[in-house]
Amino acid sequence: MTTPPIAVRVQAEPFDVAAETEKMTAGRTDIGAVVAFTGLCRAEAGRLSALELEHYPGMAEAEIERTAREACDRWPLMGVTAIHRFGVIRPGEPIVVVITTSSHRVAAFEAAEFLMDFLKTRAPFWKKEVGLDGAKGDWVDAREADDAAAAKWAR
Amino acid sequence: MKIRYFAWVRERIGKAEETLLPPAEVATIADLLGWLKTLGPEYEWALEKAEFIRVALDHVHADHAAAIAGADEIALFPPMTGG
Repeated sequence: MTTPPIAVRVQAEPFDVAAETEKMTAGRTDIGAVVAFTGLCRAEAGRLSALELEHYPGMAEAEIERTAREACDRWPLMGVTAIHRFGVIRPGEPIVVVITTSSHRVAAFEAAEFLMDFLKTRAPFWKKEVGLDGAKGDWVDAREADDAAAAKWAR
Repeated sequence: MKIRYFAWVRERIGKAEETLLPPAEVATIADLLGWLKTLGPEYEWALEKAEFIRVALDHVHADHAAAIAGADEIALFPPMTGG
């Protein structure tokens, strides 16, 4: 089985989910399911003016790519796109998107969840809180719930 | 070898990267973390809970038991919080 197309980008700029989806489906008549998950920056009950995301250039792309390849080994996918932003991101703005395509919905749903669970615990990104006064606050703590979510895919 | 630091590990040590030559007896990542802690209070502070520090050898996650021989770039960082 040949590996389906994988597109991974790490960028400061916002992304357009509809345009990214169109790139994956244009001209194809074999895709029956598209799942797109977008993660947004929250204001945390009005406490934050932004999140500042640090990343490890080079490794971030490589780790997301490895995760996408693993998803393609596990599910019959027709394509994977994963885009993760870095830099200053304000509440309501997108941080990450994963898009999976397949002939049927189950593979697309499961693979998208797997990708997000793995990105959260394995892709080298770190969030720092920025308060309403613009002052840099604390680093966001890793959540045990995220580790548990990733662990459920172990095999 | 080039050692890079990210997030609060970088802030506590006070630099993003440096080139260091650990002594020959530093064989594993665990050895490296222990040796780094002897370099000064800023390292001790950053690595005080060494078991929680994540490490990558040449852009690939590695266990603390992994050997560091042959790695060109070693990165130390807290648990990741992307996504």
